[in-house]
Amino acid sequence: MIGGLFIYNHKGEVLISRVYRDDIGRNAVDAFRVNVIHARQQVRSPVTNIARTSFFHVKRSNIWLAAVTKQNVNAAMVFEFLYKMCDVMAAYFGKISEENIKNNFVLIYERLDEILDFGYPQNSETGALKTFITQQGIKSQTKEEQSQITSQVTGQIGWRREGIKYRRNELFLDVLESVNLLMSPQGQVLSAHVSGRVVMKSYLSGMPECKFGMNDKIVIEKQGKGTADETSKSGKQSIAIDDCTFHQCVRLSKFDSERSISFIPPDGEFELMRYRTTKDIILPFRVIPLVREVGRTKLEVKVVIKSNFKPSLLAQKIEVRIPTPLNTSGVQVICMKGKAKYKASENAIVWKIKRMAGMKESQISAEIELLPTNDKKKWARPPISMNFEVPFAPSGLKVRYLKVFEPKLNYSDHDVIKWVRYIGRSGIYETRC
Amino acid sequence: MQAVSKGDGMRGLAVFISDIRNCKSKEAEIKRINKELANIRSKFKGDKALDGYSKKKYVCKLLFIFLLGHDIDFGHMEAVNLLSSNRYTEKQIGYLFISVLVNSNSELIRLINNAIKNDLASRNPTFMCLALHCIANVGSREMGEAFAADIPRILVAGDSMDSVKQSAALCLLRLYKASPDLVPMGEWTARVVHLLNDQHMGVVTAAVSLITCLCKKNPDDFKTCISLAVSRLSRIVSSASTDLQDYTYYFVPAPWLSVKLLRLLQCYPPPEDAAVKGRLVECLETVLNKAQEPPKSKKVQHSNAKNAILFETISLIIHYDSEPNLLVRACNQLGQFLQHRETNLRYLALESMCTLASSEFSHEAVKTHIETVINALKTERDVSVRQRAVDLLYAMCDRSNAPQIVAEMLSYLETADYSIREEIVLKVAILAEKYAVDYTWYVDTILNLIRIAGDYVSEEVWYRVIQIVINRDDVQGYAAKTVFEALQAPACHENLVKVGGYILGEFGNLIAGDPRSSPLIQFNLLHSKFHLCSVPTRALLLSTYIKFVNLFPEVKPTIQDVLRSDSQLRNADVELQQRAVEYLRLSTVASTDILATVLEEMPPFPERESSILAKLKKKKGPSTVTDLEDTKRERSVDVNGGPEPAPASTSAVSTPSPSADLLGLGAAPPAPAGPPPSSGSGGLLVDVFSDSASAVAPLAPGSEDNFARFVCKNNGVLFENQLLQIGLKSEFRQNLGRMFIFYGNKTSTQFLNFTPTLICSDDLQPHLNLQTKPVDPTVEGGAQVQQVVNIECVSDFTEAPVLSIQFRYGGTFQNVSVQLPITLNKFFQPTEMASQDFFQRWKQLSNPQQEVQNIFKAKHPMDTEVTKAKIIGFGSALLEEVDPNPANFVGAGIIHTKTTQIGCLLRLEPNLQAQMYRLTLRTSKEAVSQRLCELLSAQF
Repeated sequence: MIGGLFIYNHKGEVLISRVYRDDIGRNAVDAFRVNVIHARQQVRSPVTNIARTSFFHVKRSNIWLAAVTKQNVNAAMVFEFLYKMCDVMAAYFGKISEENIKNNFVLIYERLDEILDFGYPQNSETGALKTFITQQGIKSQTKEEQSQITSQVTGQIGWRREGIKYRRNELFLDVLESVNLLMSPQGQVLSAHVSGRVVMKSYLSGMPECKFGMNDKIVIEKQGKGTADETSKSGKQSIAIDDCTFHQCVRLSKFDSERSISFIPPDGEFELMRYRTTKDIILPFRVIPLVREVGRTKLEVKVVIKSNFKPSLLAQKIEVRIPTPLNTSGVQVICMKGKAKYKASENAIVWKIKRMAGMKESQISAEIELLPTNDKKKWARPPISMNFEVPFAPSGLKVRYLKVFEPKLNYSDHDVIKWVRYIGRSGIYETRC
Repeated sequence: MQAVSKGDGMRGLAVFISDIRNCKSKEAEIKRINKELANIRSKFKGDKALDGYSKKKYVCKLLFIFLLGHDIDFGHMEAVNLLSSNRYTEKQIGYLFISVLVNSNSELIRLINNAIKNDLASRNPTFMCLALHCIANVGSREMGEAFAADIPRILVAGDSMDSVKQSAALCLLRLYKASPDLVPMGEWTARVVHLLNDQHMGVVTAAVSLITCLCKKNPDDFKTCISLAVSRLSRIVSSASTDLQDYTYYFVPAPWLSVKLLRLLQCYPPPEDAAVKGRLVECLETVLNKAQEPPKSKKVQHSNAKNAILFETISLIIHYDSEPNLLVRACNQLGQFLQHRETNLRYLALESMCTLASSEFSHEAVKTHIETVINALKTERDVSVRQRAVDLLYAMCDRSNAPQIVAEMLSYLETADYSIREEIVLKVAILAEKYAVDYTWYVDTILNLIRIAGDYVSEEVWYRVIQIVINRDDVQGYAAKTVFEALQAPACHENLVKVGGYILGEFGNLIAGDPRSSPLIQFNLLHSKFHLCSVPTRALLLSTYIKFVNLFPEVKPTIQDVLRSDSQLRNADVELQQRAVEYLRLSTVASTDILATVLEEMPPFPERESSILAKLKKKKGPSTVTDLEDTKRERSVDVNGGPEPAPASTSAVSTPSPSADLLGLGAAPPAPAGPPPSSGSGGLLVDVFSDSASAVAPLAPGSEDNFARFVCKNNGVLFENQLLQIGLKSEFRQNLGRMFIFYGNKTSTQFLNFTPTLICSDDLQPHLNLQTKPVDPTVEGGAQVQQVVNIECVSDFTEAPVLSIQFRYGGTFQNVSVQLPITLNKFFQPTEMASQDFFQRWKQLSNPQQEVQNIFKAKHPMDTEVTKAKIIGFGSALLEEVDPNPANFVGAGIIHTKTTQIGCLLRLEPNLQAQMYRLTLRTSKEAVSQRLCELLSAQF
């Protein structure tokens, strides 16, 4: 179990230090600073073992979060907790920065007491936490309200309190995906996968029961037995999800038996599910590099990008990063669209395009002058990477329905206003050159 | 100047450095560096030539980036260009970059070497210095090859500036240390020595460093530096503190130079020239005098500088080891430091005293400080100082103060640091053994040692106690009584149980008379410890029990019961089980006689070197201990001056020798071929004997065996140990003989003062003439030296001459003595005769005095052929078909001496059933019969 949790700034100064178990001493704080933060070689592994003590760390901008333990804990659990911790902090005071942490340290300690008990993670649901850890100070609560909090926190549905009322029942559903790719110079896909999340923001009265439907192969096959025509219609579009995880509100027993995703949602924003797919991925862009070395002192680079989606859709925030050799002494760039610039501090040419429609193509060419060096080391040619954002799900996932039932209150599925949005982003999207 | 107006500050560099310092994270720093590198690359790439200033600035930036830990793979060319600039700052940066960054990069090295060559050839001293510094800083082999010849020239050139000379000397020193083979020795070496006379103190200091290093390799080339160094030193020492202006450090004139000069002098023996020596002694005295003066400043630097010179002076005095007066003064000075406030001074004082203690002149002076040292041991806070105090106590120990020092060390042991306990234990054990006058004291001390620090008593220590107790019968009873008492303590250390078990098993009978330590009580006492001990100890105790069965038949049933118990007979440990089973069986089956034979008292241990000493040597590295031993030997007069330890005379060497008188042992020679010489009298005795250089070492172990082997043969290896091998080749005709002795050095180091001496005792002298030539006193490593001995037998003799060899190996005196196998039978001439003749003569010699008969058990398998060979080898003729019994052997011969010829008949009757021989010898002279019978009997 987690023995302690420390938060450091970029210099390695301790901002927050909370020790849960006796086996973690104060010197553990210094051990991590010396061995990881101040290490000469950058420590790349997120798990470090120093003197039989394990340190799990994540870094958010300049802030280090480290969970410490002497026991053999489930590392995935610890990291999940650390990410949750970041989410919670972000939900309370926005960006995680040294300044914010310093200003909110009382709040952070309060929450650390709440979400970890003797090193065991407890309820880390932001919505639930917000009911009793507030930034405004505690309103004088009535006895009923207090008992309500107790029953809610300890009860069966810990993530939603009763008696929520909205005039307008509304819900937002976001499908957020990031697509990762590694492609050979010849255009062969070496590896590709999509990791996606379904994020829901609900403003619903009472204790609504929701049912979520998507074009997952298994779900569709299961239901397809009933309505044969639907199978034929959507069979082509169904996708194969490699693995998925659900928010704790989803009834897993029902998913296992009926393949239906039904749940009582928490109030406000939450992540309904996370999934990963590797098959039939729609790659939004294709990068075609062309690198030619002209003598020892010159390099010619030509890169073509092709958008590969419906012409009616628009991709945004496109950025292509073309690495340059370490002995570059001058660069001339010509591009048809967008802006391109050589960034010496990053050893790369960065080409930015604001918007680009589907089934289009654009190209950049650059001349790189090199300084002859006495090192015979050959340039390693790092891959060309790309960033973008597209308004569809590259995995092909579609939301088929989201039904809301509230038997006690007087509103039906039709009265709920539903918004669905798809966003596909680039993860690590690289093409070798 | 123009350079100043342009701003030597290099603003760009300052901005860049402050940018880097302000970076919040490593990533930001890397970004900034990448940007700067790209900038520099574009600048260097730029077609228009850069001016010197910007080149210097960018090279500086690259250097800074490199020092931050990033790779730099360009800019070398620009740096090399800077070398040819005429501006000092630019040149300096260029050299800096090259000393830090250049590896053996072939194309650039040529350019750099060229630039350096130009600078060396220039008349500008600053540039020359820069170039020299660069060579020294890089110090690579390539640089060495390129410039090793030039630098000595610059060093001794008359027109070189002082600063250049200084740099050249240091640069040469660096090259010499890096690759000594590159620096050519030549006529410049003689001129380097004269740099000691230079006006400029910096040059002198640098030159002394260089000469000290060089003279270690070729001391003879630099011999002239002694007088120069002495005069320089005396000038410094006698100067007032204000004379040397820049070179006076906190009122001490040129302390570094003085220390270096003193170190240089330590490379050489004391100067032979009386004037020089007088001057040097005067200097050393002045330094010692100055130490007594009140300090001129309260600053710590002042006293540090003063003491540095003082300690170096003292080490020089110790190195010379020839001025008793100075040594004693040094010792007194150190004595003052022993109580100084400064821990470092106390440490250094103790350390220097350790070396002083080994000098014969100052040993007594050191001894006067014993109280202070003991006090230091008790009260000192710093563990390293305490350690030195222990070393010093060990070094200053001799027979007079051994009991006191050993007692102090023992009492300190109780509180000593764990890290040095084992060493102290070893030291106590050695001192106790070495200086034991009274062996009861020795036994007490060691038992005490085991009681106090049992865990740190290594195996060797308790082995040694047992060896000593077994080898000297006068302490056996006392030892048994003491261990018995010690064992009565409720909690004993296991080592004590081991010692107790062994000693009681051997000598328990000596105290069994006392009703308080009756056999049963002894046994019960040991057995009460049995179950708490580890397996090896239990095994030892089981052996003790079976010894008890032999010593005390009355406890036999009790012991058998113990052995029979399941915990022994079915012990999980194989060794214990086997012992229990076998001992039980032995005790039931064997008769008392057989038991008595099997379980006889252990024979004395043969030994040469104390195993503990060997262990200490291993622990401390050989030098310290050897030194100590060595010097002890030199002081032998002192040590042996006192009453000779009683045991030495009781088990004295049986070989009579002229020098035996020196030891006051009397000239009474023991019976010929009596009990084997006390080679087994323990390492200590040997040490005591070899202390006195004139004494003969006791016969080397095993030489007796070898001696016997040579009775029947003439060639072979007489003696061999780790150092030396002695081979023999001899031939005899009638009463004359010639023996070739080959001394082989088995080590790789040479033996010095190698002197073999042939010693004939007073009794032997008139009967045997030995003539030989002295051999070369130096025996090179691996070499062999030959010595020829001409032998003439005047009349019959019984003893054998002794060959005594003394030599110096490493630092220690070695002493080896062996009996030379020149025996009477060597002068045998075989005589063939028929059966008739033989019996006729046999009857003629029927006088009872003429016949000697010996019946003895065969020591070797009874083989007819071997026996024949031995009789022939013995010298007599083997007469076949003479005796009616074909199994018997009959021989005849004549012993030739100068004065007479003695006829000799022998008859050997083997009895195969009983494995016995009967040897009968008849000669015309009784003594001859006797001797021959002895010699021959030993062969079968």
